[in-house]
Amino acid sequence: MTTIPTPRKPWAATPKDRVRDLAILIGALVFTYYFVEITPMNGKLAYFSIFFLVYATFSGTYQGIKRGSAAAKDAIVNSIVVVGAVATLIPIGSILATVISKGYKGISFNLFTTDMSMATPTDPLTNGGILHAISGTLIMVLIALIISVPLGILTALYMTEIKGRFMRPIKFLVQAMSGVPSVVAGLFILSAILYPITKSFSGFMGALALSILMIPTIARTSEEVLLLIPSDLREAGVALGGTQWRTVAMIVLPAARSGLITAMILGVARIAGETAPLLLLTGGGDKVNGNPFSGPFGSLPYYIWKSFNSGSEEAITRAWAGLLVLIVIILILFISARSLSSRKVKR
Amino acid sequence: MSSAVEQVTPREITTEPRRSDRVFRGIVTAGGFSSLLILGLITAFLGYRGFEVILEEGFGFITNSDWSITTDEAGNVVESNFGLAAMLVGTILCAFIAVIIAVPISVFSALFLNFYAPNWLKRILIAIIDLMAAFPSILFGIWGFLVLMPSVEYWAKLINKYLGFIPLFEVKPYFVTRSPFVAGVVLAIMIIPIITSVSREVFAQAPLDRIQAAYALGATRWAMIKAVVIPHGRSGVIGGAMLGLGRAMGETVAVFTVLNIVFQVNWHVLLGAGGNVASLIILKFGDASPYEIKALMAAGLVLFVMTLGVNALADFIVKRTGKSGR
Repeated sequence: MTTIPTPRKPWAATPKDRVRDLAILIGALVFTYYFVEITPMNGKLAYFSIFFLVYATFSGTYQGIKRGSAAAKDAIVNSIVVVGAVATLIPIGSILATVISKGYKGISFNLFTTDMSMATPTDPLTNGGILHAISGTLIMVLIALIISVPLGILTALYMTEIKGRFMRPIKFLVQAMSGVPSVVAGLFILSAILYPITKSFSGFMGALALSILMIPTIARTSEEVLLLIPSDLREAGVALGGTQWRTVAMIVLPAARSGLITAMILGVARIAGETAPLLLLTGGGDKVNGNPFSGPFGSLPYYIWKSFNSGSEEAITRAWAGLLVLIVIILILFISARSLSSRKVKR
Repeated sequence: MSSAVEQVTPREITTEPRRSDRVFRGIVTAGGFSSLLILGLITAFLGYRGFEVILEEGFGFITNSDWSITTDEAGNVVESNFGLAAMLVGTILCAFIAVIIAVPISVFSALFLNFYAPNWLKRILIAIIDLMAAFPSILFGIWGFLVLMPSVEYWAKLINKYLGFIPLFEVKPYFVTRSPFVAGVVLAIMIIPIITSVSREVFAQAPLDRIQAAYALGATRWAMIKAVVIPHGRSGVIGGAMLGLGRAMGETVAVFTVLNIVFQVNWHVLLGAGGNVASLIILKFGDASPYEIKALMAAGLVLFVMTLGVNALADFIVKRTGKSGR
C-alpha cells in the first residue's frame, strides 16, 4: 500500500514559530501598557504608536539575533506595512460607527413620509422628514442619468469601437474631466445657463452640474467593460454580414450589459452625495417638489448641510440621520455594482 | 411574350461604410467629443464672466489677499478688492499636508494589499477601500468636524509643544482650532483610497519573473519590494499622489466645514487661519452682489486651471510608467 507523502512546506510557520510570534506580541502589549503608564503620556494615540514601535523593535531584534540584519529589516517593515493598512481602515471604521450610532436616533417612520415644509431643523425630531430630500435627489439623479449615460457610453464606444485618431486626447480629456472640482461644475452651470437663461434656481440646473461630474465615471468604467468583450464577438458579427452599427448594437452592447449597468451605478454613487454644486444651483426647498424646472428643489445633501449648519442638537441629529440614509443608499448601490460586475460577461 | 432576360445587377462590393455605419460613427464621434466640448465651455464661460474682474484686478488677483467690496445704496460698486493670494496659499498648503500624510500610509497599505495580505482579506479590504472612495465629501466634512477635530487639535498642540521651534509649526497667537493642519488631515483621509488604489494597481504590474527571481536569490520580502516593486512603481505612486493632490485642491464642502477661512496669507500649518479657493466660493456665494459673483467665477477659473494642470501632470506620469515596462 502506497502512502501519499504530505508535501512539506518549509516556508509555513511551525507551531514553534507561532508560539514565538505570540510571545513577542504579548510581550510588546505588556511592555507598552507599563511604558505608557510610567511615562506622562496618555491617550489612544500613545498606546497605538508605542505598541507598534515596541512590536517592531521586539520582532526586529529577535529576527536580527536569529537570522541577521536582512531578516530584522524585513520584520520591521512588516509591522510598518500593517500600521499603514490599519491607519487606512481606522477612519472608515470610525465614520461608519459614528454615522450608525448617531444617525439611528433620527430614523423614524415620519422621516420618510413627511417633508420639512411645516418644520425647521431645530424642531423636535417627531416633526418633519426627508421625503422632499429623497424625492429631490432621486429626480436629479434620474435626469443626470438620462443626460450622462448616452454621452458616457458614446465616449466609451469611441475609444473601444472606433478607435479614431483622437482616441488619446479624448482619453486624456475624460481623465481631466473626472478631476473637475464639483464647485467648478456648479459655477459653470451658473454662468452658462442659470444667469443668462433661466435666472432662477431649479433642480434641473443641479442635475446638469451632476451630469458633468457623472460623465467621466460612466465613460471610464464603460470603456473598461467594453475592452473586456472579446474581439471574436465583433469579428463574428461582421463576418455574418452585420454592419458595424448592428454589430455594436446587437452584439457588443448586449454582451456588456451588466458591466454598463455597473458603470451607471458607480456614476450614481459618485454623485448621490455631491453637495457643492447643489448649494449653488438648486435653492434647496423644504417642500416636496415634483417639478425640477421651477421652484427651489430639495436634496439629501442640501438637507444634511442645512441641518448641520443650524447647529442645535436636534438639527445635528437630523444631519446624521440624513447621512445614514445617504450612506445606506450608496452602500446598496455599491453592493449591487459589485455583485453585477463579479458575474461573468454573458455571451 | 418577350423573352427578355431580367437584368440582374451584381451586388456591388465595396469597403465604403454604409450609410447606417456612417451615421453611427458620426454620432459616436460626436459623443466622444462631448468631454472636449464641456471642458471648453467651462473655460469659455468662466473666463467670459470673470474676464472683467481679472482685467480690473490684473496680476493682483493672484498676489493680493484682500477680498472686499463696497457698494452704495443703489447697489453700484464703489470700491472692490479681490485677491486670491491667501486662498491659493491655503489651498496649496492644505493639499500638500494631505498628500504628505496620505502618501506613506497609502503606499504601505498598497504594499500590504499586494504582498502581505492573504487573498480573502485582500478582497475584503479592496472592497472597503473602494467604498470609502465613493463616500461623499459632506460626510467627511461633518465627521471631521464633530469627531476627528478634537483629536487632531490635540495632536496639533503636541506638535507645537515639541516642534514649535520650527517656524512652520509656530502658533502665534495661540489658536489651533480649525487650522490648515486639521483640513489637511481630513483631506488626507479622503485621498488615501485614491492613492492606495492607484499604487496597488502599479505594484500589481511589477513583473512576476523578477519578483520570483528576487525570492530565488534568497531575498526577504522587504528586500524584494525594495529591489523590484518600488523601482517599478515609483513614478506610478507619484502620479497617484498628484491625482490625490488634484482632488484635495478642488475639495469644497469638507474643507469648508473644518477650516477657519481668513483673508490673510498664512504659512503656519497649525495656526487656525487658512483658505481654500473652493470654500471661498461657497462662503461668499450666498450674499454676493452680481459683481462679486463675477469675481467668484474668476476664482473658479483659477481653481479649474490649477486642478487641470495637476491632473494633466498626474496623467502624464502614470502613463509613462505604463509604457516604460521595466
